[in-house]
Amino acid sequence: MSVRTLRINGIDVAVESGTSILAAAKQAGITIPTLCHLDGVSDVGACRLCLVEIQGSNKLLPACVTEVAEGMDIQTETPKLQEYRRMTVELLFSEGNHVCAVCVANGNCELQDMAIAVGMDHTRFPYRFPDRDLDVSHPQFGIDHNRCIFCTRCMRVCDEIEGAHVWDVAQRGAAVRMITGLNQPWGEVEACTSCGKCVEACPTGAIFRQGSTVAEMQRDRSTLEFLVTAREKKEWTR
Amino acid sequence: MDLAELLAIRQKERDRQKSTRIHCCTAAGCLSSGSAAVKAQLEAAVDAEGLGASTEVCSVGCMRFCGRGPLVEVVSREGDREPILYEQVTTADAASIVKALKGGEATAPLGDRNHPFFARQFPIVLENSGKIDPERIEEYIAVGGYQQLYRVLYEYDPAEVVDEITRSGLRGRGGGGYPTGLKWATVAKMPAGQKYVICNADEGDPGAFMDRSVLESDPHRVLEGMAIAGYAIGANHGFIYVRAEYPLAIRHLQKAIQQAKRYSLLGSQIFGSPFDFKIDIRVGAGAFVCGEETALIASVEGRRGNPRPRPPYPAESGLWGCPTLINNVETLANIPAIIREGAEWYAKIGTEKSKGTKVFALTGKVRNTGLIEVPMGTTLRQIVEEMGGGVATAGGVKAVQTGGPSGGCIPASALDTSVDYESLTQLGSIMGSGGMIVMDNETNMVDVARFYMEFCRGESCGKCIPCRAGTVQLYQMLTKILNREASEGDLERLEALCYMVRDTSLCGLGMTAPNPVLSTLRYFRQEYEELLQPATGKR
Amino acid sequence: MDKIKLATIWLGGCSGCHMSFLDLDEWLFDLAAQVDLVFSPIADIKTYPEGVDICLVEGSIANEDNLELVRQARARTKVLISFGDCAVTANVPAMRNPLGSAKPVLERCYLELGDVQTQIPHEPGIVPPLLDRVRPVHELVPVDAYLPGCPPPADRIRTFLEMALRGEPLHLKGREMLKFG
Repeated sequence: MSVRTLRINGIDVAVESGTSILAAAKQAGITIPTLCHLDGVSDVGACRLCLVEIQGSNKLLPACVTEVAEGMDIQTETPKLQEYRRMTVELLFSEGNHVCAVCVANGNCELQDMAIAVGMDHTRFPYRFPDRDLDVSHPQFGIDHNRCIFCTRCMRVCDEIEGAHVWDVAQRGAAVRMITGLNQPWGEVEACTSCGKCVEACPTGAIFRQGSTVAEMQRDRSTLEFLVTAREKKEWTR
Repeated sequence: MDLAELLAIRQKERDRQKSTRIHCCTAAGCLSSGSAAVKAQLEAAVDAEGLGASTEVCSVGCMRFCGRGPLVEVVSREGDREPILYEQVTTADAASIVKALKGGEATAPLGDRNHPFFARQFPIVLENSGKIDPERIEEYIAVGGYQQLYRVLYEYDPAEVVDEITRSGLRGRGGGGYPTGLKWATVAKMPAGQKYVICNADEGDPGAFMDRSVLESDPHRVLEGMAIAGYAIGANHGFIYVRAEYPLAIRHLQKAIQQAKRYSLLGSQIFGSPFDFKIDIRVGAGAFVCGEETALIASVEGRRGNPRPRPPYPAESGLWGCPTLINNVETLANIPAIIREGAEWYAKIGTEKSKGTKVFALTGKVRNTGLIEVPMGTTLRQIVEEMGGGVATAGGVKAVQTGGPSGGCIPASALDTSVDYESLTQLGSIMGSGGMIVMDNETNMVDVARFYMEFCRGESCGKCIPCRAGTVQLYQMLTKILNREASEGDLERLEALCYMVRDTSLCGLGMTAPNPVLSTLRYFRQEYEELLQPATGKR
Repeated sequence: MDKIKLATIWLGGCSGCHMSFLDLDEWLFDLAAQVDLVFSPIADIKTYPEGVDICLVEGSIANEDNLELVRQARARTKVLISFGDCAVTANVPAMRNPLGSAKPVLERCYLELGDVQTQIPHEPGIVPPLLDRVRPVHELVPVDAYLPGCPPPADRIRTFLEMALRGEPLHLKGREMLKFG
C-alpha cells in the first residue's frame, strides 16, 4: 500500500493512494457537501457540490472523482466555493417543485439539509414550476418527480447493488426525467424486485414508501451500507 | 493490393478520364439549390451535342463558394485550358454551358477563380474538394490517394509517424487546439493491446459545415488519415461518429469504406503488411453533447450520450476502457498531406503557435458565403472584408461570431486580429471547429446571446446541475432583458451565473455555454444596459 | 424616541405564520413595549400607513389584491421581510402553478370538482381575480430579509425580531433558524 500525504484546509492528511479527495477529507474530519455521492456505488460527479480548489490548478475539481496526489493543497470552503454551492442549491430548488411543507421527507431530506448548510434563506432564481407527475403504480413505493434532483443514486443502487437496473434517465436538459423500465409505470416493471434500495438511496422525498405522510419518512442508510459491505465484513445477518 | 496495383489503378483512372470534365457540385449546399437537376441537364446536353467521347459530367464535392451555388466548372484533363467556373447555374443554363465548349457564350454567370474569396485560400484539407468524385475511390487514388498510407506502412515505424505529426505542429481542429502529435504519442505509449481511433464527425455548431463538406467531398482522405493514425498508435479498429443529420456524408462514407475494403485498403494486412485496420460508422442521434469526447464514447458504446468527468482521459481509458484516440474530421484530413509533404512543409504554414490552415464556414450577413480554407494567421478583416466582401447593410460589420455556442462575438474593432488559437482566446472567443458568422449593425447582440443560450439549454444532457438548470435560468434572464423587464440587479445576477456555470459545469458544453453572453457583455455591454429598467420599489 | 412601527400583512397563505406569531405568548407583551403595531390582520386598521419600519409579509402573491397590498407595503416600509415559506418560496399556494394559469385552476376547482350549480366565482370588487402564477414576494418587490419556515416556529420569530429590533444584519444561519418546511 502506498500512502499519499496532502493538506486539506490546512490539515495534514495521509491516505492510501487511489483515495478520492472526498474520502480523504472524511478521514480528516472535514465534510465536503455532496448530493450525488453515495458510499458503495460508483461516482458520477454530477451535482458539483463537492467541487474544491486545488492550489496550482485553475479549475475547480469534483472531490468525489478526483484522486488524491502527493502534496496536494486543497481548500474546500473558500468564499467562491461557498457562493457557487449556494447557487447550485438555489438552482435545484428553482428547477423542481420542492414544497417541504407537504413532503414526506421534511426533516429528513438531504436537499433541505444542504439548503441549511449553504445558508440559503431564499433563491435568487425564479421558480420554474415544471409540470411533473407522480407514479404510485408500484404496490409499495412511489415516485414524485416534482422532488427529483437527478442525482441518479436510485439508478446506481438498482444497477450496481441490486443488479436489476430498473431506473434510467430519459430526455435531456430541463426535460430530463428518471424513468422505470422502458418508461413504463413502475408497477409494471417486471425487473423490479421491490427491494427498496432506491427508497433508501433517494436524498429527497422523490422516492418514498406509500402510506408515509408529511415528515414521516425515515431512512436507514445503514441498510445500504450493510448491503455494500456485508460480504467483505462477513456479516451474514443483521 | 501492393503499390504496383495502386499505381495501376491510378493510371487506369487517369486514362479513363475524358479530356474535358464538367464538374458539377453535388455536395449538400449546391444539392439544396438544385444541382442534381443541373447535372442531369448537363449530361443530356453532352449527349445532344455528341460530345460524349471527349466530355464527361462528374459529380464532385464542395467547390466552396456555396452562396453562389449551384456551381459548375469546366476543366480540361491536360490542363491546357483555364478552368471556367459558372455560378448559380440553372437547368436552363446547362445546355449553353455544354454548347460553349464548341464556341459561343454560356448563359450562366461566370465565376472568378481569382476573386479574393478563392485567391486567399490555401487548400490542404480541401485540396481535392470539388475536383474529384467522392463516390469513386479511383478518383481519389488518381490524385495520389492511399499512397501515404503505403509509405507510412513501409517507410516509417509508428513512432516516426507520431514524430512527423508532432513536428508538423498540427493542433486539434475540433476546437480545443490540443497538439495532435502529443495526443497521438499519449495513446501510442499506452501498453500494447486493444486500442481505437475515433473520428469525431458530430459537427453541431449552428452555422458550421466544414466537416460535413470534407466528408461529402473527400471521404477517403479521412479514412486514409484514420488508418495512418491507427498505424501510429497501434490501433486496429476505427469508428467514425457522424450525426444522422448528415445523410449525404454518411452515404459517401459508407460507400468509401466499402470501396476501400474491396481494394483491401482497409481490413486485414493492408498493402501486404501486418497492419490490420477496419472502420465502422456510428450514426449519432443528433445530440450536440455527443461531440464531447466522453459523451461520444458512451454513445458509441451504445449507452446514453452523457459526458463523464475526466481524468481518466480517453487516451488512457476510452472506448470500452481501452486507450482511444479521438480526432476531429479536419484534423484527420490533414494527415495524408502532412505525410506526403513532410512536417517541415506544414510547419512553415501559419503562425508560430498555430500551424497549417483552418477551414471556416463563412456565413451570416457577409456578401460571399461558403467554405474557406486559409492559413492560420490570416486576419479576420482579410476573411470578412476581402474574401467575404463585407456586409451589404449600412454601418458595416458589427461582429464576427466564432466557435459556435462555445465561442464568442468578436467586435469589428478587433477585425485585424490574426486567426490563431491564442489570439481568438484572448478576445474571449475560441477558434472552435470553424463556424464563422458575420453580423451587421442591425444585429441585436443580446438576442444573439439568447439564441446561443437557447441552443445550449436544449442541448444540455441534464447530468450536472449548473448546465441543466443554469442554462435555463440564463435563457430566462436574457429573455427578461430583451423584454425590457430587467433591472441592474438582473444584469449582475446574469453575470454571476455565467461565471458559476462556466466554473462548475461537468463538461465542455456547460463550461463554455456562457461564452456568447460573456463576450457580448464584454464588447456590447451598452446594448444590455440600454434595455434595463429602473428597479421598482425601494430597497 | 418614537417606537418602532411594526406591520404584518397576510397574502396568499394559511395564516399559520400569524398563528405562530401569536404563539409568542407573553413575549408579545415585551414586543408591544418596543413597537407600535400599525397594521395587521390581527388589528382592526383599514389602511396600510406611511412610514412603517418593519413589515412581516406572510403568504405568496396569488391574486391582484395581494399584489396591490404588497406593493403598497413595499413603498411605505423600510424593512420588508418575507415571513414564512409561502412568502419565501410561494410554497403550497404555488402548487397550482404547474397547471399553467388561473383558468385551468378555477375550472378544475369549481367546474370539474363542483357538485351542484357549478360556476366560477366572479364578483368584481369583492372576489379578487387570481394571478396566472403564484409568486414568492421577492420575485415581485424587493425584499430585505427572509424568515423561512412553514410556519416559522415562535422561537425563530422571536430571535429574528430581536435581531431586527437591535438593527442587526438579518442573515440567518443554522437549522434552528433556516429550515424550510
